[in-house]
Amino acid sequence: MSKHHISTVINGDPVEFLCATNQSLLDVLRNDLNMTGTKEGCGTGDCGACSVTLDGRLVCSCLVLGVEAQGKTIQTIEGMANGEHLHVLQQKFLEHAALQCGICTPGFLVAARSLLERNPDPTEEEVRFWLAGNLCRCTGYNKIIEAVLDAARELRGA
Amino acid sequence: MLTNTKNTEQVFKSVGTSPIRPDGVPKVTGMAQYGADYSLPGMLWAKILRSPHAHARIRSINTSKAEALPGVKAVLTSADLPNQNFDYIGPERVAVNYWHMTRNILAREKALYEGHAIAAVAATTAAIAAEAIALIEVDYEVLPHVIDVDEAMHPDAPVLFEDMITRGIEPAPTKPSNITKRLEFKVGDLDAGFAAADEIVEMSFKTAAVHQGYIEPHSCLARYGADGQCELWSASQGHFVVRAYTAKILGMEIGNLVVHPAEIGGGFGGKTVVYVEPIAVALSRKTGHPVKIMMSREDVFKATGPTSGGSMTVKIGVKKDGTLVAADGVFKLQAGAFPGSPVMNAAMCAFAPYIIPNVRTVGFDVVSNRPKSAAYRAPGSPISAFGVESVLDILAQKIGMDPLRLRLKNAVKAGSPTPYGPKHSHDGYAETIQALLDHPEYNKPLGKNQGRGVASGFWFNGGGESTASIHINEDGSVVLATGSMDVGGSRASMALMAAETLGVPYASVRSTVADTASIGYNHVTGGSRVTYATGLAVVEACNKIIEQLRLRASIMWDVDVKGVVWEDGFAKPADKSVGEFEPLSLKAIAAKRAVTGGPIVTEAAVNAGGQAPGFSTQFCDVEVDPETGGVKILRFVAAQDVGRAIHPKYCEGQIHGGVVQGIGWALNEEYIYDKLGRLSNAGFLDYRIPVASDLPMIEAILVEVPNPNHPYGVKGVGEANIVPPMAAIANAIQRATGKRLTELPMSPPKVLAAIDAV
Amino acid sequence: MSEMRFEQPKTAEAAAALLAGTQGLGKVLSGGTDLMIHMRNGNVKPELVLDVKGIAEMNTIAVENGGYRFGAAVSCMQLLENKAFAETWPGVIDGANLVGSVQVRGRATVAGNLCNASPAADTVPAMIAAGAIARVVGPNGRREVPVEEIPVSPGKTSLTKGEFIVSFFLPKRAPHSGDAYLRFTPRTEMDIAVVGVGLNLTLDANGICTDARVSLGAVAERALLVPEAAAALIGTKVDEAALNKLAAAASAAARPIDDKRGTKVFRIKLAGVLARRAAEKALSRAKGN
Repeated sequence: MSKHHISTVINGDPVEFLCATNQSLLDVLRNDLNMTGTKEGCGTGDCGACSVTLDGRLVCSCLVLGVEAQGKTIQTIEGMANGEHLHVLQQKFLEHAALQCGICTPGFLVAARSLLERNPDPTEEEVRFWLAGNLCRCTGYNKIIEAVLDAARELRGA
Repeated sequence: MLTNTKNTEQVFKSVGTSPIRPDGVPKVTGMAQYGADYSLPGMLWAKILRSPHAHARIRSINTSKAEALPGVKAVLTSADLPNQNFDYIGPERVAVNYWHMTRNILAREKALYEGHAIAAVAATTAAIAAEAIALIEVDYEVLPHVIDVDEAMHPDAPVLFEDMITRGIEPAPTKPSNITKRLEFKVGDLDAGFAAADEIVEMSFKTAAVHQGYIEPHSCLARYGADGQCELWSASQGHFVVRAYTAKILGMEIGNLVVHPAEIGGGFGGKTVVYVEPIAVALSRKTGHPVKIMMSREDVFKATGPTSGGSMTVKIGVKKDGTLVAADGVFKLQAGAFPGSPVMNAAMCAFAPYIIPNVRTVGFDVVSNRPKSAAYRAPGSPISAFGVESVLDILAQKIGMDPLRLRLKNAVKAGSPTPYGPKHSHDGYAETIQALLDHPEYNKPLGKNQGRGVASGFWFNGGGESTASIHINEDGSVVLATGSMDVGGSRASMALMAAETLGVPYASVRSTVADTASIGYNHVTGGSRVTYATGLAVVEACNKIIEQLRLRASIMWDVDVKGVVWEDGFAKPADKSVGEFEPLSLKAIAAKRAVTGGPIVTEAAVNAGGQAPGFSTQFCDVEVDPETGGVKILRFVAAQDVGRAIHPKYCEGQIHGGVVQGIGWALNEEYIYDKLGRLSNAGFLDYRIPVASDLPMIEAILVEVPNPNHPYGVKGVGEANIVPPMAAIANAIQRATGKRLTELPMSPPKVLAAIDAV
Repeated sequence: MSEMRFEQPKTAEAAAALLAGTQGLGKVLSGGTDLMIHMRNGNVKPELVLDVKGIAEMNTIAVENGGYRFGAAVSCMQLLENKAFAETWPGVIDGANLVGSVQVRGRATVAGNLCNASPAADTVPAMIAAGAIARVVGPNGRREVPVEEIPVSPGKTSLTKGEFIVSFFLPKRAPHSGDAYLRFTPRTEMDIAVVGVGLNLTLDANGICTDARVSLGAVAERALLVPEAAAALIGTKVDEAALNKLAAAASAAARPIDDKRGTKVFRIKLAGVLARRAAEKALSRAKGN
């Protein structure tokens, strides 16, 4: 199968790759670009571990074709920190012990950042419903929600 | 979080704090490498062919077309693996039989469940491997199948193993069946006990198989060299166990296999066994290339061990004043396609929190055509607890006693008997009950369609083998290594205990997990054993290092070692008579190591006993929608005796996590099979684990009744919290609706049917 | 392994020609949240994947003749974020807001939800209740089709080879109108509807219902338009008696199966319960307008 040549911007950097028509963006990120921070938990959009943003829109990368990334900007977990400086969400996840095994954490961080960009002052219920597409089996979600609310507070300067 | 600390004499600097874990930054930045995140040059991708039939004889396998596909480097079947003797090895409760294990890795005579691995292919791309799988021709003779445990016990049920004669029955049966064994524990006189009861309740219950539900599918990467040396990167709960099982399945010497611990994306017991590792190693051996495997989510559900579904009858007798006088439980657990359900645990744990003079528990281990069961968080105990804790609730109502007070009245403490032999050696259970009685919300009135339910749970917790090593770097920083896979933050807890023992800041301790070639044996990260047993090894290693540090200081000061003490991270003269010496830090001593004896290193190993069990008591408030049967959790409070919380936030996290798994188990999780024995819900869409919007904040109460056998009083925390929730919710639903549900999950159609039933 | 082509036409007519001209299976890709799953599990092996997101008329949301037209490539999230549309058709938004997760809604489209033809699709009942009309483009030109006529049975639509939807039209709203979509799922999110009800009603100045449309999802081989249920409300003040008749009519119209998501008995009962609750919600919205 001949491949498509795709040009995209990932975490602010121009990136080119080759992909087959039926290859998912998740597969491209992990296996062709070696960006393994985005995780595969199910491959069918049910767990959110593969969350990235595509032109600023929160999506499951397992449900996006690699070819659809042409000309788009993608943000993954690898682009969330600024060098040595963690994003407030990352810092709060650590302080609140909001991760146990950590496999769902990249997806949650990408999803939470997307929420706070749209709604800087969410209620607990709004956080829970926004993050309903991210499954966690270890934490029972408690400390994740607390970390997100605390990060929101700090980002608001409250 | 409320903490009731019994032993308040000790004041700690590190233990009891909740610092950031050493693997934290890699995990929040996507840098941490999990099982599927490794790759090597020249790597091949492997895919596994799985049986489409629930039960079938395998007449032949033709791999020629697959082998001929360009890009395919090897095809594997059970013919490539050595034979294994039929033998149960190890203590009965956790016995392993490699004859079964190799057949679960790759089927031989029969496919025993839909999803059973039949063959595997390694190819240059995953797409080619997938295409090759479809070209393997298997000639199956489809056989009748059986799924449900009660049906599998029926004399006319299709039999999985034609030579399976039930163990534990005298005289032994003459006909084969699916019942692999019967076991029994008994104390006292049941008849006399029930005769003395004022109220007796006998009821039957059923639970469904539920999967551990870890978000990370099983994955590994193997590189087998031409010299017979193999390296394996695997996400597991025990890389030493992975090494042992994989080497045995392949007929390799254990020393020729090095297993590197990848970060693990959840296990809960399900990753204490191997599925893909022997296949990856065998394919790497066959091809001479590294081989990577990642299971799909569908395969995880179809072919990896959930815990058992169970069918049970529980009978308990109580006196008017709340004294429990007799208890009888018969527990039938379905093991999946090969023997080994946790029925023994279920039988032992069922009545363990209570002092009951007359008790009998009977267990049956039953095979059926579904994936082989694997450990899931306190395996077996949640199943029997569902029945026992529900019956206790009915009895409490019959005698007009608060259900927590009924439990408190009969609660075991240090010295109390168990139904299975040894006495309880620890307090802690009553304290968890008291914590709820004292809770300000426990007596808060509820509204319409709302109800409150309580339940307790017990888990043995584990001890066993662990090794820790320490070396002091040239700059005085401490490198601490153990062989305990870190599933939920144990690197931090080990560092906290080391920092406390050595008297140094937490930040100066580098806590790592070493591979199987770099440290002595460590048993699995499971059974709630690591903070306890590996912690013991860490503390012992620290104490040995302190001896060395004192010796080095004594050499530097040219005094007798008896004149040197170690205090708050410094070597100090024991008293003025030793001499006027400035305290020496680790850094100062390390700087002089070359002239005082060389590198400052040590190792300590334990085979720990003296662990304390886990007790958890919980209450939950629910609201039931009487028109739909939907159940909403309004509040969930879980108290657990943790001995001492080394890292309190991680202890809370364990309780939150176990409770939420229990909520899913109670309300929605189950395996749904079609008429052909094929799994209909092999994905997270229809295998419904709780999502964030389903839940309130779970409240965890850390009760501390320290374990005197551990320098920091540790009791294992991970598991006891999953034991009570199902019964707590069933009891709450009963209080809300007046209807008793006896079958899990208590999904809306069942709840609605119960409400609508006359 | 055969070539799987990927095309990104710029016009609807070009897309229709490509689809019609494909020997094997040609699949339209808008959100891809169903197509990707079908491709992954081998249900569907397309020769052509046709990305329609580059077609301008498929990406707009605009007022048209007092009503609304939105493109078939508009994602659920884009629809939710359009305040004016969301205020006019909160019931359609109820459905769009329940498709999958936020991640899925960032890609999934109402058109895809409709043409995937799952009887449980969350956006369909409210679209049917709204009286939405699908604009279909094919090799033989364009035609307008009421959305309830698109799905035929699970996985099958009435579209012929080469046809696909470019946009939807929702009629101008009469005053005192309200719509709602409710579904039952075991969890609060992420589940496929066990039963879904879309209900749209209009009141006159005296609070009497003059028009209603009721659609049931997940209780038949496709989403149903149930005139008898609507009739229970028309001419009434949507009082207790009318709601009881509505519930009974909804339950009577339901002809579900037992499957892994719900039993027949459960679905029939819930059809009535949800119809009542959807009517109460639509009523309160109508009164607020």
